[in-house]
Amino acid sequence: MAGVLGTSIKRREDPALITGRGKYTDDLKVEGMAHAAIVRSPYAHARIRGIDASAAEALPGVLAVLTARDVAAAGIPGVVPVGWLLPDLKTPAHPMIAADTVRHVGDAVAVVVAEDRYIARDAADRVAVDYEPLDAVADVVAALEERAPAVHDEAPGNVAFDWEIGDREAVDAAFAQAASTVELDLRNNRLIPHAIEPRAVLASYDSSTGEMTIHMTSQNPHVHRLLMTLASLGMPEHKVRIVAPEVGGGVGSKIHHYADEAIVGLCSMKLDRPVKWTATRTETNLTDAHGRDHSTHCALALDADGRITGLKVETAAAMGAYLSTFAPAVPTYLYGTLMSGQYDIPAIHCHVIGVFTHTAPVDAYRGAGRPEATFVVERLMHLAGEATGLGPIEVRKRNFVPADAFPYQTQVALAYDSGNYGPAMDRALEMIGYDDVRGEQASRRSNGGRQIGIGFSSYIEACGLAPSAVVGSLGAQAGQWESADVRVHPTASVTVYTGSSSHGQGHETTFSQIVADRLGIAPEAVEVIHGDTDLVQFGMGTYGSRSAAVGGSAIARSVDKIIEKGKKIAAHLLEASAEDIEYEDGNFRVAGSPDRALGLGDVALQAYLAHNYPDDLEPGLSATSFYDPSNFTYPFGTHVCVVEVDTETGGIELLRYAAVDDVGNVINPMIVDGQLHGGLAQGIGQALWENAVYDDSGQLVTGSLMDYALPKIHNLIQFELDRTTTPCPHNPLGVKGVGEAGAIASPPAVVNAVVDALAPFGVTHIDMPLTPEKVWRAVNA
Amino acid sequence: MTVSIQLEVNGKPVQAEVEPRRLLVHFLREDLGLTGANIGCETSLCGACTVLVDGNAVKSCTMLAAQADGSAVTTIEGLAQNGELHPLQEGFWEKHGLQCGYCTPGMILSANYLLAQNPSPSDEEIREGLKGNICRCTGYHNIVEAVKYAAERMS
Repeated sequence: MAGVLGTSIKRREDPALITGRGKYTDDLKVEGMAHAAIVRSPYAHARIRGIDASAAEALPGVLAVLTARDVAAAGIPGVVPVGWLLPDLKTPAHPMIAADTVRHVGDAVAVVVAEDRYIARDAADRVAVDYEPLDAVADVVAALEERAPAVHDEAPGNVAFDWEIGDREAVDAAFAQAASTVELDLRNNRLIPHAIEPRAVLASYDSSTGEMTIHMTSQNPHVHRLLMTLASLGMPEHKVRIVAPEVGGGVGSKIHHYADEAIVGLCSMKLDRPVKWTATRTETNLTDAHGRDHSTHCALALDADGRITGLKVETAAAMGAYLSTFAPAVPTYLYGTLMSGQYDIPAIHCHVIGVFTHTAPVDAYRGAGRPEATFVVERLMHLAGEATGLGPIEVRKRNFVPADAFPYQTQVALAYDSGNYGPAMDRALEMIGYDDVRGEQASRRSNGGRQIGIGFSSYIEACGLAPSAVVGSLGAQAGQWESADVRVHPTASVTVYTGSSSHGQGHETTFSQIVADRLGIAPEAVEVIHGDTDLVQFGMGTYGSRSAAVGGSAIARSVDKIIEKGKKIAAHLLEASAEDIEYEDGNFRVAGSPDRALGLGDVALQAYLAHNYPDDLEPGLSATSFYDPSNFTYPFGTHVCVVEVDTETGGIELLRYAAVDDVGNVINPMIVDGQLHGGLAQGIGQALWENAVYDDSGQLVTGSLMDYALPKIHNLIQFELDRTTTPCPHNPLGVKGVGEAGAIASPPAVVNAVVDALAPFGVTHIDMPLTPEKVWRAVNA
Repeated sequence: MTVSIQLEVNGKPVQAEVEPRRLLVHFLREDLGLTGANIGCETSLCGACTVLVDGNAVKSCTMLAAQADGSAVTTIEGLAQNGELHPLQEGFWEKHGLQCGYCTPGMILSANYLLAQNPSPSDEEIREGLKGNICRCTGYHNIVEAVKYAAERMS
C-alpha cells in the first residue's frame, strides 16, 4: 500500500500492553508449577568447603535442593559457553553451578525448588554454605598488577586476551612528526543494564516426550536454544522449544546465555514438572552481564593544519569473572574497528587487553563497544579543537571523510558504505542556534555564576550485524544472517515469521509496514510472528541494531520471491508471458493492457487450489529467505548538548539536546524517534549518573536502585531531533539501524559540554559519571 | 497463619485469606490473576507495580495485602470503562509513550493520580509527578507527551 513506508503508524503491540493484558514470563502460570530460588555467593572469591542443605530440605513445601553435585550426576555438559573466540583467548570453564570455587558475588552455588515462591526464598536462606574467603580483585587496572589475585589459573596475570588492530609503526611515525598532539587517560564507567523487567524463566519438561518448553526473557530464542542445549543441558536441540513472550526490555542483557536459565531447566528435568524463576532486582544487578568498564589511554596526532595524522589507543577492558556470550567481541571488533569515527585518519592503532576480574561478567550492552570507541574519538576531537585553536566544529569538519570519498576504507578494517557528514553537523548547529548559545556563554563567563557549555559528538556506528563470513573470520561461533518466512494465505492476508525477536522495538508494526508497502496491501492484513523456536524457522535475534537492516531485509526478500512466483501464476491465468506481468498496488497486470489484471487474492487462491495452474510450479504462495548482508550499515550523525554547570555545587543541568541522525530510510518515524529517545536517556545516564561500583573486596555496592542511579523523568528534558537521509546502498530497504545511536553518541556530547563550560577553570576532563562532587573537585582543583 | 481480608478490586468485592507477609502485588498477580502490575525492583523505586489504593498511587511491592483490607484497589485492568480506553491509555498509545510496556501500567496509574490532583499540569509538573516511576525505553520524552494528551482530552 502506497504511503505505508515512512509513516508513523500507531503500534499494534500497544493495546495489550496499556490494558495489562500483555503476558511477560513471570505472568505465566501453568498447572503443577513450582518455584526456584537460587543460592548465591556473598563472596567475590572463595573456596566452597561444603554445603549443608538439610535445614532447607526440611522445610515443608521444599521439593529439592540441587548443587554442582547434581549437575555432575545428571551427566550433562553443565557449562555456560562463550560464543566468540579470539586468537589465544583463555576460556576457563564457567560451570552452571559453582563446584569448588566462586568467582563473583552472585555466582550460583545451589538452587532450591519449592511449591511456592515465598517458601523457595525461605529455604534458600537456610542453605548453609561453608566458604573459605580468598583475596579478590574487582578493578580492571588492579587486576593487571603483578600480585593481583588470580581469577582463573588458566589465565596468568588475569589476561583473557591481548588484541590489536591497525599499524603501530605508522602511528608512531605520525606522532614523531606531529605538529600538535593531545592525549587523555579515561575510565569508561561500568554500567548495569537494568532492563526494567528482571530476567525470568519458566521451564516445563515432559518426561513422557523428552521435550522441554522454556518461556524466558530472551532477545534471541534460537541462540538461547542452541547454547542451552549444546553446552548446558546436553539435550537434543529439536526437543527444546524456547518462547520469548512479552519481553520487558533487554538493552543487551537478554542476548546472553546465563547459568540461571539453565539451572531452572535442570530443575524441571529433575522434578519432571514446570519450574519458574524470576530474578529479584538485586539478582539481576549481580548476574546480568554488565557493560563498558574500560581503562584507556589515547592520543591524537595532528599536522599544522589541524588534520589528524595518527590515533593510538591502549585499553584494558574488564571481562568479569567469566567470558559471557559475546564478551570478547565487544571491546575488540566492536570497538577497535570504530576508531576512525567520521574522520579520514591515515594511521590508527588500537591495543586491547581483556581482563578477568572478580565481578559479574561484562558483555554487550546497548551500543556494545561503539559507545566506548565514540567516547575516545569524540573526547579527543574536543581536545584537538582546543589545542589547535580550530574549535570543535572546524576541527571536525576539516577531518570528516568527504562525501565523495565513499565507499571509504578505514585503517581499522571497516569499509564505510555511504555517508555525508557535513549536513548533519550543519543542521544540528542550526537547531541549537549555535551563535546565540555561544553569546550566552560569553556573557555568563564575564558575569560569573552558572556557566554554560556546548558539547559535540559526531559519531559513526557499525550496525546491522552483519556478514556471516566476516564475523566468522573474526571469531564468531554463529552466523549473523536473519531469516523470514512470509506466507500469503488463500484470502490474501499474510503471516510473517521472523527470526528477529522484539522486546519493545515494535517489530510487529514495523515489519507489517515493510510487507504492506512491498505487497501493496493494508498493514492490517499482515500478522507478524516472532520469539518462538517452534513457530519460526530459525533466527539470530534482536541486538546490534540489526532488526530492520537484516531481519527486515529478509522479509523484503521473501516478499520479492512471492511476487516473482505470483507473476508466473498470473501469467498462466491471464495467458501472458511472465516477463510481461507487472505487480503494483496488489495487482498483477499485463504490461500495456491494464484491464488484464488479477488481484493478489485471486492469484493466492489459485496458488492453493492449483486447479488451473502452471505445470512446472508447486502449489502454495510462501517464501523463506535467509538474508546475509554484504556489509555492516553505518549510521551517523551529530549531537549537540548544552548544559548549565553550577560551579558552586558542581550540579549540572541539561538545557538543550539536539540530535541529527542519519539512519538511512525510515520505516516508522515515530518508532525511530522513540528508539533515539531511549538511547539518549541511557547515554546521558552513563555520562551523568549511572555507575556500577565494586569495593576492593568485590562487593557490588550498587546492587539495588537505592544505589544505582538510573535516569528519572525529572532528570531529563524533551529532546530535539532531526534527520538527514543517506540510504544504505546494499540492503533492499536502504535502512541502517537506530537502536543504539542515542547511547553511542550522547556520552561524549554531555562530557564535552561540561568540560566546555569549565574551560575557564582549566578543566580538560572529568571521568563519567559527572557527579556534582567530581565536578566541584575539578573546579576547585 | 493467615489473615482474612475484604477489599474492592476494580469495582468488585474480593474476600481472601492471605499470609500476613503476602505482598499486595503478589496477591493481585498470583491470587487474583491481575498481572498488569509488574515487579521491577522490590524496593519501591521503579514504580512498575504502582496501583491505586483508595485513589492514591501506591507501590504494591512494598505494601502488604493485609494492609489493603477495607480498601478499594484499582489496577490497570480496571482503568478502561465499558470497553473504552481511559484517555491516559489512549495517550500512551497515540504518543508512543511505551516500548516494552513493562513500566506502563504503573506509569499510567501514577499519571492518573497526578491528573486527579492537577488536571492540567505543565511539562515540569508532569516530570515532577512521575519521578517515582522509571522507564528504561522511552527516555520519558513521549511519556510527557502522552500525559499532556490525556490531560487535554480529560479537560
